[in-house]
Amino acid sequence: MSWGALLALFGYFASLSLVTIGGAIATAPGMHRFLVDQNAWLTDTQFTASIALAQAAPGPNVLFVTVLGWNLAGPLGALATTAGIMGPSSVLVLLASRWVQEHRERRGVKSFKTGLAPLTVGLTFATGCILVLPFLRGAEGITLGAVIVIAATILLNQQTRISPAWLVLAGGVIGALGLV
Amino acid sequence: MSRAAPGSVLEIFRVFNRLALQGFGGVLPVARHVLVDEEGWLDADDFVEMLAIAQVMPGPNVVNLALMVGHRHFGLRGALGALGGMMLMPALLVIGLAVLYGRLASHPIAVNAVRGMAAVSAGLITSTGLKMVPTLFRSPMGRSLALGLAVATALGMLWLHLPLLVVVLVIGGLGWALAWRGTST
Repeated sequence: MSWGALLALFGYFASLSLVTIGGAIATAPGMHRFLVDQNAWLTDTQFTASIALAQAAPGPNVLFVTVLGWNLAGPLGALATTAGIMGPSSVLVLLASRWVQEHRERRGVKSFKTGLAPLTVGLTFATGCILVLPFLRGAEGITLGAVIVIAATILLNQQTRISPAWLVLAGGVIGALGLV
Repeated sequence: MSRAAPGSVLEIFRVFNRLALQGFGGVLPVARHVLVDEEGWLDADDFVEMLAIAQVMPGPNVVNLALMVGHRHFGLRGALGALGGMMLMPALLVIGLAVLYGRLASHPIAVNAVRGMAAVSAGLITSTGLKMVPTLFRSPMGRSLALGLAVATALGMLWLHLPLLVVVLVIGGLGWALAWRGTST
């Protein structure tokens, strides 16, 4: 890939950065249009696999953007897409974070933070439900194994201080045995 | 108020690196576990308040949270340390996996294992949402209004399928106004 194309890649992802409210995955349809449909830099399968891979791997899910860049143009491609998607939003967050810290005693700032708590709780819970639902109404109907695993996860996470990482690993083992 | 604080930028890097590498299928549950329960850098209410800002800003929630926690303790250096810890090793790891992927993806045991891990991560994110509920009991707008807005958010997303931006603007705006009314100057 030429330097011009790398720059275009960086520019495109940077232009998406500020609209990734709710996560970069929300802008995936736009990326698909740009990378697969318009420029034919990636195949459909490569695009989907990049998302699946980053979601299964440890770390923030935004890393699917890194995998897309890697598949396009190796290390430089990965750097271009990652820096693009993270750059503008990170600068904005730092500016906001500094402003909030300086004005934390203001009534407007205090009430902003506490007033948004219900939204945060509702969104996090809804995200969990959206991820749980496919297991409850899969192609083959409700899988009892999945229901038990999900219920046990919630119970253990509420009642004990076992690290979530151990629970996920246990889920991997139970899954590998074909029980989910 | 949080009881403990990181001693150096390097410690910030190490802690965020550790929690990112433990976050299969979603870093948020591990982030809460490590920052609130293990390190004590944030208390339960701090976590919800910081996450609230992280969520309404562009960029990934957990990365925004890392930037804000890092920035709170060591300014720009802390923020970059947290960002590096969160992204560097996981990026190398996921690229390594991408290279191996062709061989792994077709293996039924690998597919089943990923399915099991996905089920647990789905349960963990739901559970993290539930763990944040007690913070609403201490809301300046009163517990019933706060709970009502949280339920409205979930219903708006799950049942009415409203666009995220609409939910954020309406519930966020309403919550801000109600909290303003209940906050003394």
